[in-house]
Amino acid sequence: MKIILNGQEKPLAAPTTLAALLQEMGLSERRVAVEVNREIVPRSRHGEFELKDNDRVEVVFAIGGGSSGMSRGDGDR
Amino acid sequence: MAVTAETIRSTAKDPLIIAGRTYSSRLLVGTGKYKDLEETRRAVEASGAQIITIAVRRTNIGQNPNEPSLTDVLSPSKYTYLPNTAGCYNAEDAVRTCRLARELLDGHDLVKLEVLGSEKTLYPDIPQTLSAAEILIKEGFKVMVYTNDDPIVAKKFAEMGCVAVMPLAAPIGSGLGIRNPYNIRFIVEEATVPILVDAGVGTASDAAIAMELGCDGVLMNTAIAGARNPVLMAQAMKKAVEAGREAFRAGRMPRKQYGSPSSPLGGTFF
Repeated sequence: MKIILNGQEKPLAAPTTLAALLQEMGLSERRVAVEVNREIVPRSRHGEFELKDNDRVEVVFAIGGGSSGMSRGDGDR
Repeated sequence: MAVTAETIRSTAKDPLIIAGRTYSSRLLVGTGKYKDLEETRRAVEASGAQIITIAVRRTNIGQNPNEPSLTDVLSPSKYTYLPNTAGCYNAEDAVRTCRLARELLDGHDLVKLEVLGSEKTLYPDIPQTLSAAEILIKEGFKVMVYTNDDPIVAKKFAEMGCVAVMPLAAPIGSGLGIRNPYNIRFIVEEATVPILVDAGVGTASDAAIAMELGCDGVLMNTAIAGARNPVLMAQAMKKAVEAGREAFRAGRMPRKQYGSPSSPLGGTFF
């Protein structure tokens, strides 16, 4: 099975929870927010949330940003 | 001079109140465009700002998890984070960004809504901004809205329940200064919520002018981050906002066409 993680395809060897995915990404200790198929998955549910084939997962965090000045697709500047 | 009630009132604390929270600083700053996180931290500290805007972006796949992030350097417990929907060009993306930000910041619901309509001018798309604001307010967000300098639109945002209205003074990142003082004045005169100039400030005098016009605050990023010495400019902006506010409260002297001597004319010996 595979998921789309932050826009990129990622194969998964076995069924995985969101918590395990974040662990693998080295993000379990970090302040992040997660959306699966455009629905927020609250932090409290990461442990029980099983990822399904073709799930689109977005993992986001806070970065420096201003009164804008960013154009489309220029997220990291 | 006797201490009158008026004197006491005018020297008393003059806080900025947004969505029921009180702030002593009227300068809000962005955290983008700095050289590194250390410069961001130093500039934010020098500005004295208590509200800082942030962006919400994908974690870079494979990024070093040991590298510090913004939340490590500028603690959300010390600063009021203002997640910004910068880079959104439609209501849906903006609403999604705000929901993610609320999850990211443990239910924090103060957001800066910005829906852009043009990559060239970075002017806001007002119809999209209005529909995003409506959804967000319904979902319990406290919305500080970036808008153009149209007084009618500004009033609509306030009436629908935005907690602050933030008109542009010039295009985002342009540093052209206050190009529209009469519009800003109209908006301030009709205001029922705090009005903050957001975008356009280039240097300290611009910030002072915004405050002298009666704005409740100024939000800026590039004017500080893009200065040759950002930390020094942050300090200058702090003073400019304070000076402009005090000048507004003091009430300027009337303008006169001709000279008017400041020394008594009687008692001259020549």
